[in-house]
Amino acid sequence: MRWLRRVSSEPLWKEEFSVHTADERYVTRRQLTKFLVLTSLGMFVGNIWIVIRSLLRKPPSFPQRVVATHGEIPVGGVKLFTYPADEDHCILIRTGDSAYVAYSQTCTHLSCAVYYSRENDRLECPCHQGFFSIKDGAVLQGPPSRPLPRIVLEVRGDQLIASEVKG
Amino acid sequence: MPNSTDLPPPSRGLTAISGAMSLIAVLLIVQIWLLSSALESFLAGNQHTAVPAAIFSGLMFLACLGLYFFVDHTDLEVRSTRDRGEDR
Repeated sequence: MRWLRRVSSEPLWKEEFSVHTADERYVTRRQLTKFLVLTSLGMFVGNIWIVIRSLLRKPPSFPQRVVATHGEIPVGGVKLFTYPADEDHCILIRTGDSAYVAYSQTCTHLSCAVYYSRENDRLECPCHQGFFSIKDGAVLQGPPSRPLPRIVLEVRGDQLIASEVKG
Repeated sequence: MPNSTDLPPPSRGLTAISGAMSLIAVLLIVQIWLLSSALESFLAGNQHTAVPAAIFSGLMFLACLGLYFFVDHTDLEVRSTRDRGEDR
């Protein structure tokens, strides 16, 4: 690392602890600059860490789970379930005779539980008045910046099966 | 033997160093924003923003490093020039 060091006839201690009072301004500024550059290196290392984590991330695999049976809930009714893990709470809504939608119940703002407002036909977060579309989970109003993750449903016979989480 | 009027005044060196430090501070703020954006994007499951963010962050780090060498060089030059002036 010798090439990184500047060539100076002065000993290192004299550069860092100058006998001239006026030189303190230079020494303190140089040391602060060094600290700022090391912070910049830290930011770069953080970005590299994100790249490595992105490359090592495995595509998620989702189990298939029966969440309801046809006719179990009335039109406009809801059912709460967990998917894909037991701690991931979701909400299933019957929007028509044979139309169902399901979303994660966790608000993308600050993780409050959203609920279905039948009179407004939308999902609402009571904490900060974030509203989501019932059609695709998109943000209609409020502080959330991302849509609700959608649970992909498959109909097999009389059963509604959750097979994937999108978003 | 250089004339004393050719010597760079110490305050000019200090101004150059302060300017370089300001540039480094601006680059650092952009890097912090870039890191937070890349992290938020990564946590949202978006993977194709990580590499461009890392490249730009690396370029900004290199710019900061270059500015640090400039500060180091200016510091050495101003102080050694002043010392030579004193020696005479």
